[in-house]
Amino acid sequence: MTEIDFLNWVRGPGFQIATIIFVAGVLIRIFEIILLGRKANLAEAKGSEMSSGLRTIVTRSVPQADSFKRSTFTIVTGYIFHIGLFVTIFLYAPHILLIKDIVGISWPALPTPVVDAFAVISIISLLAILIHRFSNKVLHYLTNFEDLLVWFVTIAPLVTGYIAFHRIGFTAPTLLGIHILSVEILMIVFPFTKLMHAFTLFMARWYNGAISGYRGVES
Amino acid sequence: MPETATSPFNIQIGNDLTWNVMPLLHEVKHALNKLIESGETTVIDLRSIPLAPGEEDRILQTLGVGEIQAKLNALGPSEITETRYAGIWIVTHYNDEEDIIGRFIEVTMMPEILCSQREDMIAAYEAFDTTLEENNESSVEKSE
Amino acid sequence: MTNKFDDKNKTLGDTLRSRGISRRSFLKFCAATASMMALPPAMIPKVAHALENAKRPSVIWLSFQECTGCTESLTRSHSATIENLIFDSISLDYHHTLQAASGHAAEAAREAAMEENHGNYILVVDGSIPMDNPGYSTIAGISNYDMLMDTAKGAAAIIAVGTCATYGGIPHAKPNPTGAVSVGDLIKDKPIINVPGCPPIPVVITGVVTHFLTFGTIPELDHIGRPKVFYGQSIHDRCYRRPFYDKGLFAETFDDEGAQKGWCLFKLGCKGPTTYNACATTKWNNGTSFPIEAGHPCIGCSEPDFWDGGGFYKALSMPTENITQTALYTAAGAAAVGVAAGALNRAKKNAATKAHPNTTIEDLEK
Repeated sequence: MTEIDFLNWVRGPGFQIATIIFVAGVLIRIFEIILLGRKANLAEAKGSEMSSGLRTIVTRSVPQADSFKRSTFTIVTGYIFHIGLFVTIFLYAPHILLIKDIVGISWPALPTPVVDAFAVISIISLLAILIHRFSNKVLHYLTNFEDLLVWFVTIAPLVTGYIAFHRIGFTAPTLLGIHILSVEILMIVFPFTKLMHAFTLFMARWYNGAISGYRGVES
Repeated sequence: MPETATSPFNIQIGNDLTWNVMPLLHEVKHALNKLIESGETTVIDLRSIPLAPGEEDRILQTLGVGEIQAKLNALGPSEITETRYAGIWIVTHYNDEEDIIGRFIEVTMMPEILCSQREDMIAAYEAFDTTLEENNESSVEKSE
Repeated sequence: MTNKFDDKNKTLGDTLRSRGISRRSFLKFCAATASMMALPPAMIPKVAHALENAKRPSVIWLSFQECTGCTESLTRSHSATIENLIFDSISLDYHHTLQAASGHAAEAAREAAMEENHGNYILVVDGSIPMDNPGYSTIAGISNYDMLMDTAKGAAAIIAVGTCATYGGIPHAKPNPTGAVSVGDLIKDKPIINVPGCPPIPVVITGVVTHFLTFGTIPELDHIGRPKVFYGQSIHDRCYRRPFYDKGLFAETFDDEGAQKGWCLFKLGCKGPTTYNACATTKWNNGTSFPIEAGHPCIGCSEPDFWDGGGFYKALSMPTENITQTALYTAAGAAAVGVAAGALNRAKKNAATKAHPNTTIEDLEK
């Protein structure tokens, strides 16, 4: 297998396999969650579920003062790498092109050096998060294999993408192939791990808010 | 003379298309300093550097034309020009069809190709000697 | 015929001197040659010394499943003078497109050259070799495979010219009906220099031949057998449009503002980032231009399987298959499975609720 064969495989059948597992996995899980249902609440509604739910999606995305003070590091690094991931995934021209090819919509890209900087910042914050995870006794105790797997599959596309862009070590087709492969691994791991939070996060927040709204209390 | 870059395809040429023009000119400057300090010559092959349309012209225009312009005819014409900066030469080789087959910036007191070559001088000596002897013989014949 | 043998012992210096070519002309020739071989100008004296003493090697050129584009590229290349001097200094003993002889006489010439120069001749190959049915491509009734293996035995080195000979090329493209393979797939015991491209840049072909002629050695090769001097850097890295890529300025179509302003062609499918070749510096048509300069994306012709890369106009970051369709079919299937799973879970939950015994105060008091 030549390196171009490898690149063609990850751009073709490999991406197809990853897409099937990703889409099927995510959808089946979401359907399962939604269809699980809840018992009808027989108490009288004291407020709106919808508005409280929507408000909670926003309010819970902003860290509260006391919890921010308690875990400043986790919140700051968490935000940094999530924003970094957003920028590198959605505002880099070749990625937008990929999305356009699949979904049909596109938007303007950021200049490459800007995306590059975001990638570096994300990588640094993810490394810091791992160090923190092991240096903090409680976090270390709570860490299991899945946490490490999820960390690895998240940082891998960032690192391989950075290396591919700067062409470090190997030739371009190999590096690009490895980068795409790392994304495919992320896609495959995604539905079966806590990475699912990208989809369930807002559902859960809405639901929390909706319960409080029904009871007429602040969420 | 270098032509100004006008493209029939309306390709517009920016002022900073590649990063290569200024670094190259700086390299030439340092080479000139080296020539002054230690007498070391430098040759840069313009073909080995990626240049956008019009950039080679910009380099040639910056260097300009100085006091010496020499033409030689060896396997097709060649042009050797001292730029307006003494010690910096542009050497352009053409083939018989006047296509450029090589273009160099030479930082030297005298491009090697202009100097008479030892092998040619030896051949020239023999040829000259023969000519003179033939002349001698013919003049001897006349006087007889 | 007597001076045929003499010819072979004559050095290039002798040949040039006997033609009355001056030392100054020779120096010019060396400067152009060094430039052609992508050697730094500091190497010119070494080139001069080596060329002065270079012997006239025999070259056998075999053409298999090919379009003659490689030969065309070479013979239509510019300038009589310099290349002619190079090619006058080799003895091209067999090339079935160029030679005057045909039929038995042509094959006899090849066999004679092989015998006379056993172990010393250069074998140049263009075209791929069909391994399915040998009848797909034969010369004088000899299958390509047999002719290659037979001729390769006595070669000092093999130069595979063009993407067909180096990596299979177009005949090797899916579904590869002839079972085409490259020279390197078949021959493992000889030094092979791969000069891919569809066609290769003419001065790259001459540059490689000249390198062998000049120094008698194989130039430094990369991991897929290409001389590093010509194939050491990607088109993208040497492209004058690279700054536009970095700024995020792309041509979206072939006639928009970006295309007219000469912006990056990545979105139009440019394979420059994964393609290694000398186009961006050496350029084509005597240094005039190269595809990207003319406004067309690089198709990656010097890489293996460039024909199967999902289309010339599909950007490198796009998948080669129809992922939209895959995703939609998967989504439809997954929705059905999800609903079924949900129903199953509900049934389970209801069953569990039903099976759950109600505990009364009486039960607790027991």
